Amino acid sequence: MSPLAALFVRDIRLAVRVGGGAGIGVLFFLIVVVLTPFAIGPDLALLGRIGPAILWLGALLASLLTLDRLFTVDHEDGSLDLILMSDMPLELAVAAKALAQWLTTGLPLVIATPLLGLFMNLDGDASAAVALTLLAGTPALTFIGLIGAALSVALRRGGLLLAVLVLPLTVPVLIFGVAASNAAIIGPLPFGTPFTILCALTLTSLVVGIFAAAAALRQGIE
Amino acid sequence: MALIDLANPTRFLNLAHRMLPWLAEITAAVFAIGLYLTYGAPDDYQQGATVKIMFIHVPSAWLGMFCWGLMSLAALGTLVWRHPLADVAAKAAAPIGAAFTFLCLVTGSLWGRPMWGTYWVWDARLTSVLILFLMYLGVIALWRTVEDPSRAARAVAILTLVGAINLPIIKWSVDWWNTLHQPASVLKLGGPSIYPTILIPLLVMALAFTLLFVTLHIAAMGNEILRRRVRSLMLMQAQSAPGSGA
Repeated sequence: MSPLAALFVRDIRLAVRVGGGAGIGVLFFLIVVVLTPFAIGPDLALLGRIGPAILWLGALLASLLTLDRLFTVDHEDGSLDLILMSDMPLELAVAAKALAQWLTTGLPLVIATPLLGLFMNLDGDASAAVALTLLAGTPALTFIGLIGAALSVALRRGGLLLAVLVLPLTVPVLIFGVAASNAAIIGPLPFGTPFTILCALTLTSLVVGIFAAAAALRQGIE
Repeated sequence: MALIDLANPTRFLNLAHRMLPWLAEITAAVFAIGLYLTYGAPDDYQQGATVKIMFIHVPSAWLGMFCWGLMSLAALGTLVWRHPLADVAAKAAAPIGAAFTFLCLVTGSLWGRPMWGTYWVWDARLTSVLILFLMYLGVIALWRTVEDPSRAARAVAILTLVGAINLPIIKWSVDWWNTLHQPASVLKLGGPSIYPTILIPLLVMALAFTLLFVTLHIAAMGNEILRRRVRSLMLMQAQSAPGSGA
């Protein structure tokens, strides 16, 4: 097994076994969505209209909060130093970790979306549209959050400060994610335009996030 | 004098002390000319006297973006060339840039009330400038979180470079999306589309704002250098104090 694949498999194993955070993101997502009807009242028409926005907000917060300690844990047990010293480029190692992170926390959110769509009074097509935009958009959230996770190693701090730093950067993803879902559900805009921009944002954040996170890790460990 | 000569903080401080009175006087003079020209500029045939808000609004918007651009250059200086003054420049620029961006948002919202009938719309230009303001606040918060300035500098530098992606979005947001905010009228292909009686006061005001920024920035950099010296002197004092064990 190549070192990169070994790192990938190790991260997935750590996430799904005891002590890993794979399930907590989905639980958090579920609770945020369930809280919404209590806050705005059980008006089904209103819930149907704002449903995509609530699902996107929940997914945004869930994927950011699970990222918080992605690199800090490795830093504490010393494996981050081993990754830094190894032959493989740090950018690729960061990308492997990001992919593992998305598979264990981002993908479950996408899978849970149709169920939560029922709570939000979305019909089958609408839930499918939201799930599709989340599938295209949650990788962008993971890659952007990666920058914050890497900075928290350098700063030895996490939590609220990182949310303050990272959330403004996720605004474009949120805008086009919700725009694409709404375009599919109520129109009148075509679904393709915002959806392709969302895909473009994901690809851009893949490049920017990985390089910025690797740079932050290099600066943080001296 | 090359940029590398300024790497010595003492030399920079000397130069700053010599330049600051001159810069302040020139700034005041250009502001006087600019305000006089603004006073004499004709009212718009549709907007009346409210068009004069533009003479504050547009330069502060430019400066708000220019300041993040300068911070991005300083971030490169920190990460690539390890220029000792780069992080001082970045740190000093952040509150000034936040102030200009805030000024831009406030004047824009006061202008929007009579013209658009609302203080705020979630329009692409307005939203992207608001994000710029939030990022300034984040950067300032980051500077204030980490005690060691050089450690904070590198974290801030990476965040600044990532945030620089927002600048072209702000600039072209009015062209890419069909927005309530009017499209570019000064910096665009084919020359400005503003009549000279308005354009000239605007450019003078922009120059005045830029000079104000340079003055404030150099003064703030001087203060930051002195603040760091005080910090290291206090650290040394604490180390040599009796009973400290050092």
